Amino acid sequence: MCHTFPALTSDRSSRICSLLYKHGSSMASNSSGSDSSDRQRIAQQRLSVIAGHLQRPVEGNSGILAAECKAQGDKLDVSSERRTVPRRRQEIMKWNGWGYSDSKFLYNKKGQAEFTGKRYRLSGMIIPGLREWMESTFGANLQHKTPAAPILNSSAVQPPTLNEAFLKELKSTGIPFSHDAEDRVFRSHGHCLHEIFALREGKIGRVPDLVVWPNCHNDVVKIVELACKHNVCLMPYGGGTSVSSALECPPEETRSIVSLDTSQMNRILWIDEKNLTAHVEAGIVGQDLERLLNESGYCTGHEPDSMEFSSLGGWVATRASGMKKNIYGNIEDLVVHIKMVTPQGVIEKSCQGPRMSTGPDVHHFIMGSEGTLGVVTEVTMKIRPMPEYQKYGSVVFPNFEMGVACLREVARQRCAPASIRLMDNEQFKFGHALKPQVSSIFTSFLDGLKKFYITKFKGFDPNRLCVATLLFEGDREKVLQHEKQVYDIAAKFGGLAAGEDNGQRGYMLTFVIAYLRDLGMDYYVIGESFETSVPWDRVLDICRNVKARIVRECKDKGVQFPPLSTCRVTQTYDAGACVYFYFAFNYRGLSDPVHVYEQVEHAAREEILANGGSLSHHHGVGKLRKEWMRETISSVGMGMLKSVKDYVDPNNIFGNRNLL
Amino acid sequence: MLKKRDDFEDILEERRNSSDLRYALKCYTPVLYKGLTPCKVSELKQMVLQSDQLGYVITQVSKEKGMTTDEVTGEAAAILEEMAQRLQLSTVRFFAFTLSKVFKTLFRSICVNEEGLQRLQQAIHNHPVVLLPSHRSYMDFLLMSYILYTYDLALPVIAAGMDFMGMKVVGEMLRMSGAFFIRRSFGGDKLYWAVFSEYVKIMLKNGYAPVEFFLEGTRSRTAKSLTPKLGLLNIVMDPFLKGEVFDISLVPVSISYERTLEEALYARELLGVPKPKESTSGLFKARKILSEDYGSIHVYFGQPVSVRSLAESRVNRSQFNLIPRHIPTRPSEEILSFVNDSAYRLVRAQEENMVLKPWVLLAFVLLQKQAAEDKQGTALDELTEQAVWLRDLSRHYGAFLHWPDHIPPSEVVSSSLSLHRGLVRISEGRVQLALEQVGGQQVPGETRSAITPEEELLNQAVVILSCVSYRNQALNIFIRPALLASAIHTAASNRKQEIYNGFSFLRNMFSNEFILCPGATVQDFEEACYLLVKTGALQINQQEVLITERGHRTLAFLTSVLDPFLQGYQVVCRFLCEEDCLTEKQFIPAVRKFIIKHLLTGRLRYIEVLSSDLQKNALAALIRLGAVQKIKGGEEQGTLKLNKVMLNSLEDTLGKK
Repeated sequence: MCHTFPALTSDRSSRICSLLYKHGSSMASNSSGSDSSDRQRIAQQRLSVIAGHLQRPVEGNSGILAAECKAQGDKLDVSSERRTVPRRRQEIMKWNGWGYSDSKFLYNKKGQAEFTGKRYRLSGMIIPGLREWMESTFGANLQHKTPAAPILNSSAVQPPTLNEAFLKELKSTGIPFSHDAEDRVFRSHGHCLHEIFALREGKIGRVPDLVVWPNCHNDVVKIVELACKHNVCLMPYGGGTSVSSALECPPEETRSIVSLDTSQMNRILWIDEKNLTAHVEAGIVGQDLERLLNESGYCTGHEPDSMEFSSLGGWVATRASGMKKNIYGNIEDLVVHIKMVTPQGVIEKSCQGPRMSTGPDVHHFIMGSEGTLGVVTEVTMKIRPMPEYQKYGSVVFPNFEMGVACLREVARQRCAPASIRLMDNEQFKFGHALKPQVSSIFTSFLDGLKKFYITKFKGFDPNRLCVATLLFEGDREKVLQHEKQVYDIAAKFGGLAAGEDNGQRGYMLTFVIAYLRDLGMDYYVIGESFETSVPWDRVLDICRNVKARIVRECKDKGVQFPPLSTCRVTQTYDAGACVYFYFAFNYRGLSDPVHVYEQVEHAAREEILANGGSLSHHHGVGKLRKEWMRETISSVGMGMLKSVKDYVDPNNIFGNRNLL
Repeated sequence: MLKKRDDFEDILEERRNSSDLRYALKCYTPVLYKGLTPCKVSELKQMVLQSDQLGYVITQVSKEKGMTTDEVTGEAAAILEEMAQRLQLSTVRFFAFTLSKVFKTLFRSICVNEEGLQRLQQAIHNHPVVLLPSHRSYMDFLLMSYILYTYDLALPVIAAGMDFMGMKVVGEMLRMSGAFFIRRSFGGDKLYWAVFSEYVKIMLKNGYAPVEFFLEGTRSRTAKSLTPKLGLLNIVMDPFLKGEVFDISLVPVSISYERTLEEALYARELLGVPKPKESTSGLFKARKILSEDYGSIHVYFGQPVSVRSLAESRVNRSQFNLIPRHIPTRPSEEILSFVNDSAYRLVRAQEENMVLKPWVLLAFVLLQKQAAEDKQGTALDELTEQAVWLRDLSRHYGAFLHWPDHIPPSEVVSSSLSLHRGLVRISEGRVQLALEQVGGQQVPGETRSAITPEEELLNQAVVILSCVSYRNQALNIFIRPALLASAIHTAASNRKQEIYNGFSFLRNMFSNEFILCPGATVQDFEEACYLLVKTGALQINQQEVLITERGHRTLAFLTSVLDPFLQGYQVVCRFLCEEDCLTEKQFIPAVRKFIIKHLLTGRLRYIEVLSSDLQKNALAALIRLGAVQKIKGGEEQGTLKLNKVMLNSLEDTLGKK
């Protein structure tokens, strides 16, 4: 079934990585043995983690289920109960912010920052440094609040435009659907700043008229047939984590818009241990997929930062990239077989050969099609045995230049760990501000000592130094060997090993940042991240120029406070790297902050393109970056894509108007 | 209309009141570029030699010439050695001391706009900076460094022509005060170009020091701005275009001398007359210069121009995405035209902030009188009246005129005349150019009959051209209205379109002579119309252009501004029509001879057409228009192929004016 389309967003979401969860801290990372009983132990630990996380008992052997369709008349499907995403998302998730309703940052009565809930490692903790960091970085002030509209006002939602004939036939299929206002609003947006900002202000634009929840591939076939027959517009919806305006309903669309929510297509249909593949329904979200595979001792290793909420179909539809791609590959490396339902019928390959020379790979029309051609319903993916050993690490460099040089050398020697990320100085400081309250005097003493050693003894300038975070994975011996190799390279570039803690916190920053944005928005601070990929020789230039461009544009547009403009290198490749920019500012004094924000982001993207960066590394194009597609892929390239669209979907049933 | 410009401060005043030694030894801690990684002169050289850019060219050259890369690298190192500056604070302090003494003797004041220096300081802190002073004198770059030292600003590295290297000691001294030396031409020498451009770029990118060079390429002998040279500007813009720096600030600097040290020297050079024979030594000459009063100097540091904003929506920087940036590529048409337009813009920015002295206006009046064969000279009060009239006109046109308004005009005039007493003669309350005196002074005691008419003419021409070099300082103010006035003057009707055509023809003809931005004919026409309408000289409606009652005087003046140039270009055309076979080398001496002949027979009115600058510009224009073709290569290398029909018709068209 579908194609969850907007799934991927790397940085915007929490990482599921066990370590971030409260009960997971002792998990796999320190297991030492390498025999199979150890592996079992790890699996069990993981299970307990997940149990704690979901606060619900987990049934064993749930990983492999029969492949029959659950849809027929079975509206209270039991197996989906176990999954993270219920049909009514509003039961567990925020309607106008990131993630789970129970998890958020707030300032408590003492004015200290605190993260609520029980789900994450940081949950229930006080973060003493955050307030000062927010005040000094943005000029934000606890006195100046901009609270969000507390509840969704259904009367603000336009009544649905329903296609009665379609609806009648849909009813007869028994596929669940809804035109409830809340259900529709939840599927009307991704997580772009302007989308969330509008929701917080209670402003609701065009939303889908109907939501359907197919339970299997065949349901999707029926829905698409009916949509073609009655000329309604279909918009696939997966995890809703899009940051490219991909889920926005085109305002010019006059047909009835049906949101096709794939979240209930979430089973692993089979696991093939001989070929190390798994056949999975495309609506499954990342955390469920990993959890279920883990129960059988496997993983995909695909961990985009949004994996708690983003779906497999969305990954395929946006060409997703995972944090650990150095070991496991990006989505295009992981996919063996795809089934997609289009208005012209179902497209799939006839075999599962690992590589084929059969003309251009039709998978590449599907990957990155962003919901414009059809709904991805089932995917066969590579799986790997769960790693025996995981180890975090970090390296401090005297400056960003040295850090980039080190990453380049690591890439040259092709010895990148599962993940290697380099944060600039501002992010390093940000990471520091997110340190939870230290429990023992000893730890704080140690911290002080480390700081003294690095800044005084080694002479690093605290305003220039930067840190790389590392994640190693594999069998223990190799990990240790690998670790030494990487640290040796780092030493050549002035890098000092800075411990596992810093590494862990670095990865945590990725997952909390999406929640943090909501906190910022409570206090006049708006921001977002965007990414690109760029050849090695331009990494430093693009980082400097884009950051400077953001600062200048903010100034020109009348932003009263200096913005946060920071970046990190998040992936290394043979020929280049992926760079992430974070940008936020205090908008007090601006009459139309979102417009200013959009102008600055637009300018920043222009700067990226002028400096040899790509339009997107993995967020996709959506509608937000459409205007640059032609110059990116040339007119002929546009024509090629256009002709595919014209053939596959001549009536524009998949009318979300992304990409082209 | 008059732009708000900064006020000036005299920096010599403090020098006259406090110790030069203490000044030379003062604590010097300039604000530096925020992204600077400090490095030594020797490290700079290493960075150049190890750069990917140079490495690529070295490999290429070694393959082409069959040499080892080590040998080529050696060559590159030698080029760099010859080129590199060795900026040293001690030398700068020495210059600071010496120049203080010299400046105080030569000049009444050196005025700078302190606000401009504050802007410059800010610019240096934020971005790599390129300083672009106008070039009228050898003094320019010493003066620049002197001012920057005085204000505790980062000292620049300066691109200087190789000619200085001839003077061993001086050359080395200049090197140690930041000059680096480049050969005047190195056409096809890839290696030289690579070393040179990389050296400049590395100093600029790293914020080592502001890079200073002269857009005009050489000193202007005529005081008119020269057509900008693009080579260096191309080099300094490249790091921005290729994304290696966020931005670069270009700072136009306008240096105006009330009296140029090289005044008569330039005139002689333009006339091809050898320097006057001096029996005394060079030292004596220097002392003579030291004893004279050269008035004041005004240095105006203009608004920094951001290369980024110049390039905004003009240059698509992603064109550099597909080739590794260290591989040298020929700039695209788009880039070339962008650099060219920027260069013109910068030269115009220099022109706009040039301070004009009352004497410049007097030069207009006196030269026009002289050309009108007014042997009587001009009565002082008439001169004053005309000068005041011109003062008001030029101010309306936006001139940066330093006319002391608190002093009665007659005093302003007489003090100007007295500063330039070598060029004027005042007797019985009447003023004229000192044409006869020059001959008399030069060979005292000898009878005038010993001088041939030709020599006498050239002696007069020295005075005229000296005077012209002052008048030229204000030409940029009048040039667009003057082109319009001439076009109106010759047009057969009042029709706007016809006048525009005439304007367009003249503008095209003279675009080697004046700074007229390529492709901006319409804007220039509109600017000229605007100025003349604003001052009430013209009325313009949809179809027609009408001269008002009070406009006649203005138009007559403006027409006469362009007259010498029209006559000069016309005579060059006439000359070429009468020639059969001519090489480029022979052109100047031959045309000069031709002009002298015609001047002596009284068929030419303007002695200034003897200026070789005008002749060269005319030839360049004729080549550009296709009336003359320069043969390249082969036996006839440098021969000029003449299109007589076209030359004839051009001469006719010019003659109508």
